[in-house]
Amino acid sequence: MPNKTFFWFFLPTGLAMILFIGLPIISTGIQSFYAQHDQVVKEVKKCDPFGCTVSIVVDQEATSVLRDERPLGKFNGFGTYVDRNHLAIEQISEFWDETDTLGDFIDQVTNLPFYKALLFTLTYCLFVTPNVLLLGFIIALSLNAISRKIRGPLIFGTILPMIVTPLVGSLVLFWMIDAEGIIGANLQLMMEDPYLSLKSSRTLTWITIIIYGIWHHSPFAFVVFYAALQTVPQEPVEAAIIDGASRYQRIRHIVLPHIYPVVTFVALISLMDNFRVFEPIIGFSAEGSAQSLSWLIYDNLVNEEVILFGSAAATSMMTIIGIAILLAPVLIRTWKEFRTAR
Amino acid sequence: MKKILLTLLFILFGTTAYADGHCSKPSGSINILANDFPALRTFVETAKGCKGSADFKVTHSSEHNKIAVPALTANPSEFSARIAANSSIVPLMNQDLIRPMDDLVKKYGKGIQDSQLITIDGKVMAVAFMANTQHLYYREDVLKELGIPVPKTYEEVVAASEKIRASGKMQHPYAAAYKAGWNLAEEFVNMFIGHGGEFFKAGTAEPNINNAKGVATLNMLKKLASLSNPDYLTHDSEAIKVEWESGKVALMTLWASRSGTLLDDEGDAKITAATKLTGPATVGGGNIPAATLWWDGFTLAKNRSDSDAEASFIALAHAASNKKMVADAADQAVWLVEGFVPGPKSIGVIEAVKMGAKPYPMLPQMGLMHGALGSEIVEFLQGKESAEQALKDVEAAYISKAKEQGFL
Repeated sequence: MPNKTFFWFFLPTGLAMILFIGLPIISTGIQSFYAQHDQVVKEVKKCDPFGCTVSIVVDQEATSVLRDERPLGKFNGFGTYVDRNHLAIEQISEFWDETDTLGDFIDQVTNLPFYKALLFTLTYCLFVTPNVLLLGFIIALSLNAISRKIRGPLIFGTILPMIVTPLVGSLVLFWMIDAEGIIGANLQLMMEDPYLSLKSSRTLTWITIIIYGIWHHSPFAFVVFYAALQTVPQEPVEAAIIDGASRYQRIRHIVLPHIYPVVTFVALISLMDNFRVFEPIIGFSAEGSAQSLSWLIYDNLVNEEVILFGSAAATSMMTIIGIAILLAPVLIRTWKEFRTAR
Repeated sequence: MKKILLTLLFILFGTTAYADGHCSKPSGSINILANDFPALRTFVETAKGCKGSADFKVTHSSEHNKIAVPALTANPSEFSARIAANSSIVPLMNQDLIRPMDDLVKKYGKGIQDSQLITIDGKVMAVAFMANTQHLYYREDVLKELGIPVPKTYEEVVAASEKIRASGKMQHPYAAAYKAGWNLAEEFVNMFIGHGGEFFKAGTAEPNINNAKGVATLNMLKKLASLSNPDYLTHDSEAIKVEWESGKVALMTLWASRSGTLLDDEGDAKITAATKLTGPATVGGGNIPAATLWWDGFTLAKNRSDSDAEASFIALAHAASNKKMVADAADQAVWLVEGFVPGPKSIGVIEAVKMGAKPYPMLPQMGLMHGALGSEIVEFLQGKESAEQALKDVEAAYISKAKEQGFL
């Protein structure tokens, strides 16, 4: 496609992307550099059905003057980024001085909300993405080898986890693994431990969420791989059979190289998706044991009675940077291949 | 004779009409945001009875806290009125989103008692209509069988629960809403106040929880948690209600406003019959209960036309002074409305007030403290860190947030 045609072809999408993705990101970025004005409070008498007390309220007149002057708030630079609830630079250097062993230091650092969330997010990515790729590929291969008559219903069954809304899927599992639920209660019986709970142990919660993630994301990889498998040319495969290549060898040397670009694509998309893991945490009510970066943003925006826009914006920006770093190796590789292809 | 009869009838009907509350037939548009529990539904339904020619809409949602600030910030705001409580009125006050209603009270608030008015700096900002608190529920049959007296302190609750567990009757005899987040933080707030704690250093927004009282609070919470269903960190009020109804719990701390659904005809009749209410427990030898008093009341949005505010006030004031409603729905709540006769389901709140329970602190920065508590004390309960470390984390998390919000 000539570049000019491509430009006109891409223009509408590009404009929509700038309007709905680009500009909001810029606005979020700007917001992350601002904090609320210093609160002007005053002492007043408050009376309710249980009696009167003297306590403080925000002085609206004084505050509205400040707000009108600078509606964005107080410029804070990278203040929000480095505070204790985000990168916690100060705290980390303190820990470094205070702790004796590396283990202690890591314990202290992963106790900070941002690093706690980052640790879970990365663990989730690390376990879910390769397993999704592997499982999706195996399912695609198996289904591809099955008689065409039963393939349709089987494919439908396989992509069910993707059709089910993530929240519903996780809620169903949530009730099953409850200490009174079918899986939870049976596990207690099997282990002969009435205090065993999948939901109260951090490790078990992580494992549950990771397994759920694999279950939920595999169909996507499967669908893409299955489509790609249909394009594998039959001649080289047949030639390989005649040469006596085993099934493993055929997959390793013919099928995989052929669908390699698709594997990269699926890996990219899953990495991005998994880095933003969020729904299972809500669905499993796992906030206590597992927090992700996306959950931190959500927490700042809705779980507080006061909305922490600055905090949420800073975490959003860092999530974007995090995704960019994760994807960088794959993107660089794709770019290099693109250049050599030309 | 006929005349007397007529007069009698007139008086009878006249008083009924009066008892139903005034209704000045408003017009305009009324849109209410409220939490979702039976008493509030009744209240809003009653208000609807006085909608006149106004367009009447209501949103009941347990996620009301998340919607309120953004919805009321818009101009004109989505809702004309918001049913709030001591904690949820604070963000509305902080952002200047609700209007004073002194004029409206004077003009239309005839049946509203003075004690119902929430005044801040001399201005009426809300009209309360019900009170709420968290208190103890117990299974009379289980306690009687094991010869355990009704606990009055949390130490007795622990002892009683241990005894029940030892008897083999129940594995996890205690329940409270310990779901990580708001609920868990609320339990901390109750227990900390029971220990006589103050959340902030006097006159400042500096946190003041990392002390002996804070440690005692956390230790009591952990002891109680160890006597609860192991999944306690995922259980909210609704979940523990279900546990109670399945007969697996004998002692529970729960909202008074939920007593109605526990004592209704649904579920096992034996459990319902044995479910008894008592006041909130004290803790650590203190004499004020480890509980906070709450009021629910209505507020009017600032960013909405005066006529809509007036219409909303007329309808809501009609409900907030409605003797018929409080008589019909005496079971559903402890109404603060004139004419309310407390029934057996109100014991918890009435006891709490008698024992001198404190109201939930209505401070501008309290929401940030509540939020920090909800996420930072979890690891202590899971046994992953010490009480001191957890409290240090809470203070650190709070300080960062308070700095961002300009309180420190």
